Amino acid sequence: MTTDIAAETLKLPSLDYAALAPMLILFGVGCVGVLVEAIAPKKARFPVQLVLAVLGIAASLTAIVLAAGTEKVTAAGAVAVDGPGLFLQGSIAVLGLVALLLISERSLERGGAFVAQAAVTANSEADRDQATRGSGATEVYPLIIFSLGGMMLFAAANDLLTMFVALEVFSLPLYLLCAMARRRRLLSQEAALKYFLLGAFASAFFLFGIALVYGYAGRVDFAGIHAAVLDSPNDIALLYIGLAMVAIGLLFKAALAPFHVWTPDVYQGAPTPVTALMAACTKVAAFGGLLRVLYVAFERSQWDYRPVLGAIAVLTMLVGAVLAVTQTDIKRLLAYSSIANAGYVLVGVLAISKAGLASSLFYLVAYGFSVLAAFGIVTLVRDADGEATHLSRWAGLGRRSPLYATLFTFLLLAFAGIPLTSGFTAKFGVFAAAIEADQTWLVIAGVITSAIIAFPYLRVVVMMWLSEPGESTPAVSLPGALTAAAVTIGAAATLLLGIVPQPLLDMTENAAHFVR
Amino acid sequence: MEIEFAAAEGWLHNVWLLIAVPLVSAAILLLLGKRADKWGHWLGAGSVGVTFVLALTFFFQLRGMDEREGVELSLFEYLPVAGLKVDFGLLYDPLAAIFTLLITGVGFLIHVYAVGYMSHDPGRRRFFGFFNLFVAAMLLLVLGNNFVMLYIGWEGVGLASYLLISFYFDRPAAATAGKKAFLINRVGDAGFAIAIFLMFATLGTTQYDEVFNGVGQLTGATVTAMGLLLLLGACGKSGQFPLHTWLPDAMEGPTPVSALIHAATMVTAGVYLIARSHPVFDASETAQAVVVTIGAITLLIGCIIGCAKDDIKRVLAYSTVSQIGYMFLAVGLGGAAYALGLIHLLAHGFFKAGLFLGAGSVMHGMQDQTDIRRFGGLAKHMRITWITFLLGYLAIIGLPPLSGFFSKDPIIHSAFERHGWSGWVLGSVALIGAGLTAFYMTRLYVLTFHGKPRWTEGQHPHESPPVMTIPLILLAVGSVAAGGLMATSVPGWLEPVLGEHEEHHARLSEWTVTAMTMAVVILGAGLGFALFRRGTALQEQPAGPLVTAARRNLYFDTLNEVVFELPGKLLTRALVFLDNRGIDGVVNGLAATVGGGSGRLRRAQTGFVRSYALSILGGAVLVVAAMMAVTLS
Amino acid sequence: MSLSPYIPIVGLFALGAGFALFSVAIAPFVGPRRYNRAKLDAYECGIEPTPQPIGGGRFPVKFYLTAMLFIVFDIEIIFLYPWAVSFEALGVFGFVEMVLFIITVFVAYAYVWRRGGLDWD
Repeated sequence: MTTDIAAETLKLPSLDYAALAPMLILFGVGCVGVLVEAIAPKKARFPVQLVLAVLGIAASLTAIVLAAGTEKVTAAGAVAVDGPGLFLQGSIAVLGLVALLLISERSLERGGAFVAQAAVTANSEADRDQATRGSGATEVYPLIIFSLGGMMLFAAANDLLTMFVALEVFSLPLYLLCAMARRRRLLSQEAALKYFLLGAFASAFFLFGIALVYGYAGRVDFAGIHAAVLDSPNDIALLYIGLAMVAIGLLFKAALAPFHVWTPDVYQGAPTPVTALMAACTKVAAFGGLLRVLYVAFERSQWDYRPVLGAIAVLTMLVGAVLAVTQTDIKRLLAYSSIANAGYVLVGVLAISKAGLASSLFYLVAYGFSVLAAFGIVTLVRDADGEATHLSRWAGLGRRSPLYATLFTFLLLAFAGIPLTSGFTAKFGVFAAAIEADQTWLVIAGVITSAIIAFPYLRVVVMMWLSEPGESTPAVSLPGALTAAAVTIGAAATLLLGIVPQPLLDMTENAAHFVR
Repeated sequence: MEIEFAAAEGWLHNVWLLIAVPLVSAAILLLLGKRADKWGHWLGAGSVGVTFVLALTFFFQLRGMDEREGVELSLFEYLPVAGLKVDFGLLYDPLAAIFTLLITGVGFLIHVYAVGYMSHDPGRRRFFGFFNLFVAAMLLLVLGNNFVMLYIGWEGVGLASYLLISFYFDRPAAATAGKKAFLINRVGDAGFAIAIFLMFATLGTTQYDEVFNGVGQLTGATVTAMGLLLLLGACGKSGQFPLHTWLPDAMEGPTPVSALIHAATMVTAGVYLIARSHPVFDASETAQAVVVTIGAITLLIGCIIGCAKDDIKRVLAYSTVSQIGYMFLAVGLGGAAYALGLIHLLAHGFFKAGLFLGAGSVMHGMQDQTDIRRFGGLAKHMRITWITFLLGYLAIIGLPPLSGFFSKDPIIHSAFERHGWSGWVLGSVALIGAGLTAFYMTRLYVLTFHGKPRWTEGQHPHESPPVMTIPLILLAVGSVAAGGLMATSVPGWLEPVLGEHEEHHARLSEWTVTAMTMAVVILGAGLGFALFRRGTALQEQPAGPLVTAARRNLYFDTLNEVVFELPGKLLTRALVFLDNRGIDGVVNGLAATVGGGSGRLRRAQTGFVRSYALSILGGAVLVVAAMMAVTLS
Repeated sequence: MSLSPYIPIVGLFALGAGFALFSVAIAPFVGPRRYNRAKLDAYECGIEPTPQPIGGGRFPVKFYLTAMLFIVFDIEIIFLYPWAVSFEALGVFGFVEMVLFIITVFVAYAYVWRRGGLDWD
């Protein structure tokens, strides 16, 4: 091979910058954020980073809105900009912005929810010192921005390699963020390490899957895979094992059983605002990727993967619901709730229809808002040692602070899928889509597990309202403006999407068409 | 007759404001809390005033149109579920228009009155919040363009009524009365809800026009069932036999509530429901027969019990029950009598609201005394209240030319005209009712305002402030004038909704009926005056079986206890037994299984990365194996 | 689908696994046991094992940092090399992309440098 051949065959990719702008803006802002860390004086970093991050996400959101209606594959087939892609990117931006509010809160605890230096030995003298006095690291902002950018790319990736890169881009910052809790340092570091090790493990599956699929199809882009499925002369076993392994990587990120094992530990150990970010945005991105892989690349083998993924959906709903029953920590409870909810989204995904796509998109947004508000309230219930997450500490909260207990009750009812909350509309949508697609068995499992998981939710409600506040019931801290705003937005969206879901339903309906 | 509505255009596009204004005001009052204590009542009254002005503009807009069938306004899709599509839509037609005027007009006067009446009450802001909520819900009820909207408004007014009856929730009687109203209304509401389900099941829609146009295709039995279920709903809300027992107890609420909700507007919702769904009733002879029967029975029951009560508000409450009985009678007769029922409803809205507010004014001056045996001679001390009450009283007994005469007489006349023997029975009942009404109202009026004072010690009756008396005066003017004005104009106005009807009076001439009615009324009033001119005993006297029965509400509460409560209790006990032994066993067993399973599974969550990785590996092997199995099979 | 092509592979796999297991299992029984100090030490490429630092086996993080920086620049070179080789073909577009890439790497480098990542003490 000589350079001459390269000169002849090398075709430069055409780049549609308008369509790529949402991601480019975020990555650019992330780089600027790193520079700010390098250059700006310590005191100025927090405000500068906050403003930069908010403006960056807002600019990205604007670019998404401007790109609305675009339907094309760009960057040499690496990125697809279409209805679902833009909708998911928009959801990630909006939910990320709300999560950013929680992350930036600094009035609940001096210096915010993050520690200054995560690498200091836990429980050492220096660590105790920085837990009480140090101002939190502002590196979280570039990390979050990179992560959000990665998620957006993940939702729009149109070949498996881009998808893998995007997966790593959004995962690596999350691993770091998990390790940065100001309190309970050991738990936080343990969570980060677990997430990292298992994430790497799952990535390996994903990568191996890509290799096998490439072996079958000879292509990694989705259109190419679509064309090759069932038609390629290669051994079909390669395709199925490859698909299974690619799916495993995605199922891990979406926290579906039996690949959910990391979720409770990580959700519990990570700083609560980061948990909120993961529960809302990561879920959107992971399902965005899963949707694209299943709907675009492997649509023609749906009859083969549907029963397997259906079994996983049932298992996920069951595991999430049943294990939620015996949880004693509110963050773990919400983690299992998020697992069960991932199962419900998968039910919608498995309809493999326009309705299934639209209802899954709606579900992701509705759940994202509710879970952000729920974790926002968790950050408020605290005592001198930080958040009081043990359920026994929540007993009688209704007496101490009726407003937040009411809000939390409302959100739990939304998770349980009670009418007039977004949870009902969302569940209704995915179940209806599944029934339409003759997947009634999934709906039956969904309804049964909904009944089971209502029990732990109601247990919390009963605990908050019907128990007397004990010595150990902490008062709820007065939220700063940012947390208050985040909780308000989340709860209001939960209510609005329950009462007037139509605009968003229309939006998902219009968006529900993948470009191939 | 095909029913079709035009889409709303121009100014009528803003009909939704009617609901939005009081709703927003209610939200402000209830959400702002104590911060709104200082000015909240003016906001509450003002918002209804604004709504009234809006209602007037809409009314004239509609009047100026050539085709007055009504205009529809679809705001957004409320429930778009496969097959069932319910719009959040409004319908502004002549029927809705007059109801809107009544609700906002009388409502505004009562709101203003309440500013004075509730001035010493610490819960005044909360009161106005609920009151505004009621107005919004009532307007939604009359403005909806399908039965689901009507139902939402229906439940909304029910909620507001419940909240306001038990407004003084620290008084056990008020709390109990609220619960009673709520529970009895549930019975009716269940009927109404089933009627809506029936519509959806048979016609696939709940839109008014589509339902009414589709009634013709249904079998007779279905239409009758639909009519009877709607009637059950109407009976619950309007306090009709056998669901009337909650209404008198509802007087535990503040008097403006009694005036607005439990006399002028909400309790007439049942009449509205029947008039609105007249094509359903027109199509079913049986349903109509049941409506007139219930109307006749109720009007008689109300009169009889009204004669024996000593509490000023309860007498008026039973009088309301009986007057709504007249309205039911009229709308049950069908044809031209629909309009008569609605005229009586409007006229009644004025004079009964006036009477209630007058009673409130009396109570205001008498330190919340409600026992008419403890009044007497108040005419001298409360001039305005006296005169306005007198006018209302004369209006309700039907003295020409006051409004009751124009509204009640034609109903009696129409009752006589019903075909067959039933006409004679109904006419006679209505006639007797008129006499009894004259008797108990005279008793009430004379005992309150004339004769020697029988006050308890330390009473200093005084006239109420202008903020209360001005609404009284305006309502009195309405009581005097409304009947005559409406008797001529309303039937024509409602023609687009109810259709044209020839009036044919074959049996008795108008003059005969008027003469008979006048005779009965004068007899009743004269008897009342003669008996109670000199006052009455201060304690309850032993009396014959009929009076005792009337004092005990004709044993309807006892009847309810025996017929509903006792079997209910037994059923509950049986169910509790079954529940504890059977269902709980199963449920607890299931719960224990789930809990046990959860506990066991939880142990698998060891916290070690190695076991997590193993679980993921195991899952991966299973998924791959399953994929292969599915593919190879 | 026919599985026959895989049967030899499975056979080879089984043979390999069997041999490994056999070797490990047989060694304690047949091998001579003569211990000395070097044999008991951890295997470290013939270099004298360093003593554990005081206060637990933590290694200064600076070593990792240096190693990682090396890898970053190493990878940069890996990208630069093919670009340099086909510089003509890639033209201005390639040049701009490479400049962006280098800037991005230097942003991270600037961060490490400014925050004291390169100071040994």
